[in-house]
Amino acid sequence: MSEKIYVDNAATTRLKPEVLEAMMPYLTEEYGNPSSIYSLSNKPKIAIENARSQVAKAIGADEKEVVFVSCATEADNWAVKGIAHAYKNKGNHIISTKIEHHAILHTLQSLEKEGFEVTYLDVDENGLVSVEDFKNAITDNTILATVIFVNNEIGTIQPIKEIGEIAKEKGIIFHTDSVQAIGHTPVDVKEMNIDMLSISAHKFYGPKGVGAMYVRKGIRIFPYMDGGAQENRKRAGTENVAGIVGLGKAIEMATENLDETMTKLSKLRDKLIERVLNEIPHVRLNGDREKRVCHNANFSFRFIEGEALLLSLDLKGILASSGSACTSGSLDPSHVLLAIGLPHEIAHGSLRVSFGDFNKEEDVDYIVENLKEIVARLRAMSPLYEAYERNGK
Amino acid sequence: MYSEKVMDHFSNPRNVGEIENASGVGEVGNAKCGDIMKIYLDIENDIIKDVKFKTFGCGAAIATSSMATEMIKGKSISEALEITNKAVVEALDGLPPAKIHCSVLAEEAVKAAILDYYTQNGIEAPELSGCNGCCSGCDCHHE
Repeated sequence: MSEKIYVDNAATTRLKPEVLEAMMPYLTEEYGNPSSIYSLSNKPKIAIENARSQVAKAIGADEKEVVFVSCATEADNWAVKGIAHAYKNKGNHIISTKIEHHAILHTLQSLEKEGFEVTYLDVDENGLVSVEDFKNAITDNTILATVIFVNNEIGTIQPIKEIGEIAKEKGIIFHTDSVQAIGHTPVDVKEMNIDMLSISAHKFYGPKGVGAMYVRKGIRIFPYMDGGAQENRKRAGTENVAGIVGLGKAIEMATENLDETMTKLSKLRDKLIERVLNEIPHVRLNGDREKRVCHNANFSFRFIEGEALLLSLDLKGILASSGSACTSGSLDPSHVLLAIGLPHEIAHGSLRVSFGDFNKEEDVDYIVENLKEIVARLRAMSPLYEAYERNGK
Repeated sequence: MYSEKVMDHFSNPRNVGEIENASGVGEVGNAKCGDIMKIYLDIENDIIKDVKFKTFGCGAAIATSSMATEMIKGKSISEALEITNKAVVEALDGLPPAKIHCSVLAEEAVKAAILDYYTQNGIEAPELSGCNGCCSGCDCHHE
């Protein structure tokens, strides 16, 4: 097995050749600083604006509403802290969920230390936020709501449009981390009542180290960094021209081919889910079966631990991820798996498979065949499985 | 991330299994922490004639169980009690810092199995440390 089967596309994706091609001139001869006034800077300047319209078009925004940043973590930090600080005279309450990415969760925790109050909405066993709970959490002091569009671990798609509608009615600014959504499910900021949104290029075959934030016209937000006048004075620092061009090209391709991608990837996903649930005992699917992003499958295999599973898969050339504690760098398994009500020992045995454009249908068969063997092997040496077999429960 | 030795013991673990009517069985860790190690000993005339293990846990937990069982096989009880987690780590050519607790678990599982043997045979046990190998809230200072 010389070729690897990469199924960790929710972590990052492989750059598309067309994207690299679009970027190349700005890594070589077109090296001018876009802020300079001589002719060498003309093309980079134009290229950034072209990328801005590509992003705007992809999400249904106006070009002036798109700001380029270094990554989605920056966008998340900036959106949440920026709004909290700009609107603190209006209130100090923020609504979010228990299944946000750490870029949001840790940002909110840091705001709590400053005196902001945060409501973290529960999710149901499939990871869905209730619109009713959201409505009930609103107080006179609520200034911001931030809800992850598609959860990065379990792939559940939240009722963004409905939440956005309520937020709009109540005059609350609504941000969503749409990192996993772009290129995998339709995103339209106007139609979905989204005020702010975070984007990361490397999740849809663009380069790492570049992202974008959409900020609806009329929203006040303080710059996150002090410095030069780049990005219409909103985001200081010399632009990552090649990265921005790559982001533009990648988001254009991702949204133009969205229907095709969704059809292809959901077929792979459904085949994997069906075969795993049918052919391996003591396994559960994490996340909603229907309201689920096209490229994500997440399972818990009872009696075994996720890191051992990942290592075994890696030895077979399969690259995936897990929410087990051993892969998170802490003693607790993923907060998302705990939020959907999984007991620790079952959360430890999770596996996330996320498909991408480069995957083929044969990959699913190869994964299932190897999974069956690996799960059986690890269970054979698990004292939890031994106890289960002995007690019949 | 893991040494070749660790990957070898993870992919081809030695002494996996159970011993029926074992002289001593020790189980440490818990499912909540993500690792449980169970060691079975067959002891005759103070010598560990056979040893088997079962482990629920990460790659390092499986590799340390395998290595620890290899290290105590054929040894006397007192020799087995002298094997520290550090010795297991060294035998594996090192472990990442976050995985040291797995080696602690292995040392403790061996001790727990020997303790069980003592109890079963009414032998007064020497003082053994009381760590259960679960690192959340652990204040044992292992190296």
